Amino acid sequence: MPAVTAPERAPRGASVMPDTPGWARWANDHRKWLFAAPAMAFVAVLIIFPLAWTVYLSLTDSAGSVRAESEFIGFRNYVDVLSDTDRFWPAVARTGAFTGVALFFEVVLGMAIALLLWRPFRGEKWVRVAILLPLVATPVAVGMMWRLIFDPNIGLANQALGWIGIGPQPWLAGQHTALPTTIFIDIWQWTPMVVLILLAGLTSLSDEPQEAAMIDGASAWQRFRHVTLPLLMPTVIVAILLRGIDALKTFDILYATKGRGGGSFHEVETLNVYAYGLSFDYNEYGLSSTVLILFFLIIIGSMWALTARRKGADR
Amino acid sequence: MGRRSIIGTSAAVVAAMALSACGGGADSGSSDTVRVTLVNHVWTENIRKALPEFEQQTGLKVEVTQLGEDQLSDQYNVKLNAGADDIDVMMYRPLQEGQLFAKNKYLADLTERAKESADFDLGDFQAAPLGATTYEEKVVGIPIITEQQVLYYRKDLLEKSGFSAPPKTLDELKTQAAKIEADNPGVAGFVARTGKAAAVTQFSSFLFSFGGDFVDEAGKSAVNSEAAKQAYAYYGGLLREHGPANISTDMSWSEAMAIFTQGQAAFYPEANSLYKNATDPAKSKVSETVGFAPFPAGPDGSKPYNVPSWGLAINDASKNQSNAWKFIEWAAGKEQTLEHQKAGTPGARTSVWENPEGIATYPADMADAITVSLANGVGHDRPLVERVAQAREIVGQPIVDAITGKDAAASADAAHEAFQKFLDDEAR
Repeated sequence: MPAVTAPERAPRGASVMPDTPGWARWANDHRKWLFAAPAMAFVAVLIIFPLAWTVYLSLTDSAGSVRAESEFIGFRNYVDVLSDTDRFWPAVARTGAFTGVALFFEVVLGMAIALLLWRPFRGEKWVRVAILLPLVATPVAVGMMWRLIFDPNIGLANQALGWIGIGPQPWLAGQHTALPTTIFIDIWQWTPMVVLILLAGLTSLSDEPQEAAMIDGASAWQRFRHVTLPLLMPTVIVAILLRGIDALKTFDILYATKGRGGGSFHEVETLNVYAYGLSFDYNEYGLSSTVLILFFLIIIGSMWALTARRKGADR
Repeated sequence: MGRRSIIGTSAAVVAAMALSACGGGADSGSSDTVRVTLVNHVWTENIRKALPEFEQQTGLKVEVTQLGEDQLSDQYNVKLNAGADDIDVMMYRPLQEGQLFAKNKYLADLTERAKESADFDLGDFQAAPLGATTYEEKVVGIPIITEQQVLYYRKDLLEKSGFSAPPKTLDELKTQAAKIEADNPGVAGFVARTGKAAAVTQFSSFLFSFGGDFVDEAGKSAVNSEAAKQAYAYYGGLLREHGPANISTDMSWSEAMAIFTQGQAAFYPEANSLYKNATDPAKSKVSETVGFAPFPAGPDGSKPYNVPSWGLAINDASKNQSNAWKFIEWAAGKEQTLEHQKAGTPGARTSVWENPEGIATYPADMADAITVSLANGVGHDRPLVERVAQAREIVGQPIVDAITGKDAAASADAAHEAFQKFLDDEAR
């Protein structure tokens, strides 16, 4: 019986004609690296390097100018920031409140609107365009517009309240009403995006499970709760993920309505606004890098928690 | 797309990139194009109109980047930090960023160029403004705009309430504001900046006139002195009692000015360099009825600030410094300064104030008010430190606390503690 031998591996570069030059053979051998190289270089230059540099800065006392001499101070910035109950922790709480409340309303409202738009009806096109309008407006313009509407003295909002007999509210100008008002603006602007994602998910669902449930005599609510929602869950989680990360990082609306530092009492100062103030107002590059790294970890953490849930939901 | 066309497209892209890279080569060394970064200001609008004259005289080309105050500041932070050489001339705030920029060596030393130029006449500049653009005995900037605080008021409202003259003292200001507010429902007696950091400069004249200052002679924090506590309580109290309803604590000059020019307030203390906003009928509903008065006297007299608000400097990293200087020599020269002064932007040169032409175009009451400010003016309107933004937030806290009805004295004590710590930190 002839011995079974493994088929001999082709020698390197064998597939290339024998007279090809050495560099071509080398390129052919390493083609998977070569093709990936531009993308890898891109990632390295634009993501890994800045991130590593920020980590390094966060371990120094760099301030005033990043080109000035700075000392390596280990984790002192982290200790300072994490023990700062004056600016840092309130900013964390505001970031959480802003994201949590805005996201909740955006998903609930977004789901309701998507269900309404799901089935064809007359004038569907126009309604869809109208609902998606806030999405295409630039956030800074949106901020300016709402600033005018919510102006405590000449704004439309207080006038409208006056018609129904409610006294004027301070809205963005009030120490305790500013954050809820900015959350409202965020909901107004970004619910359409959730609608868009959920609508895409809804249209891709097949009709059969719905029909089967209808024949079994399920009510509309039961069909939504036990058929549509479970089937739509992966899309819902994608919407939460995308909008959640975006909401955590909100800057434009807050800056356009309340300016630097999130107002005189830092009433809308989220982590992003705080880090911006540290670097651009205070020139405290070390501290600001520390806040940014912590912020980055918070975002990664919440993303990880959500995707873990998503995998759980898929099972 | 076939393989050949992919290769063709790639080659075209590479060629285009190579060509654009060549275009960038003109950046190195001296260039005929002077890149100037300016802030949104009446001064800037006027200098842009005059630019063709400079370009014709010198054969140079001027490229202007114009930005809002905050955006300008951000731009400098990014570009100067990176050592970028694509800014030659920069308009900057000597009292806000001057120390920081000079310490970080962002500003080129102009001493020799300024002294050598006979026409430029460095000795013509007022001592206080030039002092603010000098760092460690080197001239690092040329002051172009000065500001004095005056009281904007509504002549018609005063008359209606039976007052024949604007208030001479802070006590009178309070009385008149209260009376006018009572006589005119919907009109506030008084409006002023309310933002924590933004209000500090306009609050400073109140502080000085009460006999206080941010820092005492020994360099220690003085924001909890008796005078300072009174000033905080007065400024905040006036806004709280006679300011607009539902007052925001975020107002800078543009918001406060809007309330005044919409006819919704009787008195408004503000920098005189912004007066065109109130007298220009296109921007203001009260252009016919606005009047200007010297800053009212407090217990320590009338002591408004008199400061250089903007200056021109050369980016130390610029490779085009001699042409950049030519621009400054012209833009801050005697002739242009007089033109700007006539157009309503107060300059820093003695010659334009001595020249009757220099103040002929000002409203007569404005010219009188400025004369008073020049005589008793204080040379700073914010703490003179390196990290001004932080300092302003600290010393501005009692202002917003007083506006929102908190105890101004307690807040001043807290601010004092924080400010002293800040000063100790800075001295280290």
